[in-house]
Amino acid sequence: MTTPSDDILVEIKGVDVSFGATEVLAHVDLAVHRGEVVTVIGPNGSGKSTLLRVALGLLSPDRGSVTRSPGLKIGYMPQRISVDETLPLSVRRFLSLGAPDVGADETEALMTEVGTAHVIDHAFQAISGGERQRVLLARALLRHPDLLVLDEPSAGVDVTGLGRLYRLIARLRDERGFGVLLVSHDLHIVMAESDTVVCLNRHVCCSGRPESIRQHPEYLALFGAEVPGLAVYHHDHDHAHDMAGNVIEAPTHRAGADG
Amino acid sequence: MNPFDDFMVRAVVAGLGMAIVAGPLGCFVVWRRMAYYGDTLAHSALLGIALGFLLDVDIIVGVVAVCVVVALVVGAMQRRGVLATDTLLGIMSHSTLAFGIVVLAFLETVRVDLLVYLFGDILAVGVVDIAWIYGGGVVVLAVMTVMWRRLLSLTVHDEMAQVEGINVPALRLAFMVLLALVIAVAMKIVGIILITSLLIIPAATARRFSRTPEQMAVLAAAIGCLAVIAGLAASFRFDTPSGPSVVAAAFILFLLSRLPLPGRAPA
Repeated sequence: MTTPSDDILVEIKGVDVSFGATEVLAHVDLAVHRGEVVTVIGPNGSGKSTLLRVALGLLSPDRGSVTRSPGLKIGYMPQRISVDETLPLSVRRFLSLGAPDVGADETEALMTEVGTAHVIDHAFQAISGGERQRVLLARALLRHPDLLVLDEPSAGVDVTGLGRLYRLIARLRDERGFGVLLVSHDLHIVMAESDTVVCLNRHVCCSGRPESIRQHPEYLALFGAEVPGLAVYHHDHDHAHDMAGNVIEAPTHRAGADG
Repeated sequence: MNPFDDFMVRAVVAGLGMAIVAGPLGCFVVWRRMAYYGDTLAHSALLGIALGFLLDVDIIVGVVAVCVVVALVVGAMQRRGVLATDTLLGIMSHSTLAFGIVVLAFLETVRVDLLVYLFGDILAVGVVDIAWIYGGGVVVLAVMTVMWRRLLSLTVHDEMAQVEGINVPALRLAFMVLLALVIAVAMKIVGIILITSLLIIPAATARRFSRTPEQMAVLAAAIGCLAVIAGLAASFRFDTPSGPSVVAAAFILFLLSRLPLPGRAPA
């Protein structure tokens, strides 16, 4: 995908973040262009959530720059949401909190599209985890975002459900042209439509396109056959870390996906 | 004859004004799981009263100032994350109460009836107090109406609210100031020890009968009013302390609301 630089929605350059003495992000670069799907993968504690918070403007980095395109509208799908049982909140009302100017027709149409139209008048706390996730997606989309940010959409969803979710996001991306920034702890399954997969382990280990991984023997060994909408990103460390976390280059350097 | 000459009329008018404001605000205290937080601010109000006397400023100003400072200190310590929030609130709640009593003891020139501030004396409420309750109440309700949707967004998910363009730190501060104002004007009625109960009991009672946040806010205000009337009537009839009687009435209404309704599962 050719993406001219003026289509950049958010750009992170040389970002460092430390919490106390712990360095969480070191010299991280990341950019999301209009219409681009960027998937950030990394193990737990790799700084994915911190990177997401920096991109969202919830956290200021110690060093480096974060540039968002002027007037950027973000639809954010958080990983977890906990609404107290004492708040009488219907799903419909929950949706309208994020986008008060959107009409009932559009809300209902979008809820049908994400497959949760049947719960629109249910209590928000009473719907299942999978439904809640799709309702969160609907809320993010109702804002007509330029950038859709998803934090661990795979949490609590089975592989086929995740495949459906990813295909839906990819189709809406094609229709509406927003950019997608997606974070996942799952090193093996990423959205097939990802334009860029970034592997993060406090620094950017590698980044590249995912489709070359789809036929990888290790993927097939893990899952037997392809699940539509999913691809695997074979995570092959091309370097090691010394005790201080510094990178030691391995003899053969393979940037991004192999193949 | 001016009806406000009657202390019972003044008590009922003051109590109703407080209940109408405490209902909606108390809903947010319940929804945001801030009951203990409200208690901490209420306890710190005694320090505000003491400093008000010491510095010769209006005690309402003193209470609001101390509550806001305590809220900011708790917020800053929460961000540092060394102590759990309930530990932090416990420390601040009792320390500010203790310091308040100590400072009051130092005030040799002023005789302060501690019991009035701790447990309230609704029957000693004057016309000026009523003016404060209704003036402050109108301000609190107006600000809450303007911020209603943003406050709901904050309650549902603070980071999502911030990403959606809401100034979360400013909104949190505004909510704290509202809470401090209600504590400041209500403390004379029920006292700082019991104030939180009038925020959370009517709201908790209203929950079961509400299908929207707005219904719950209005219903909580109405239930609070009912508790005020029943409590003051009992206080007048049986010569019991007025503030605790109102709280006891609110609790009885809460218990009644838990009874199984025909055709509905017990709450």
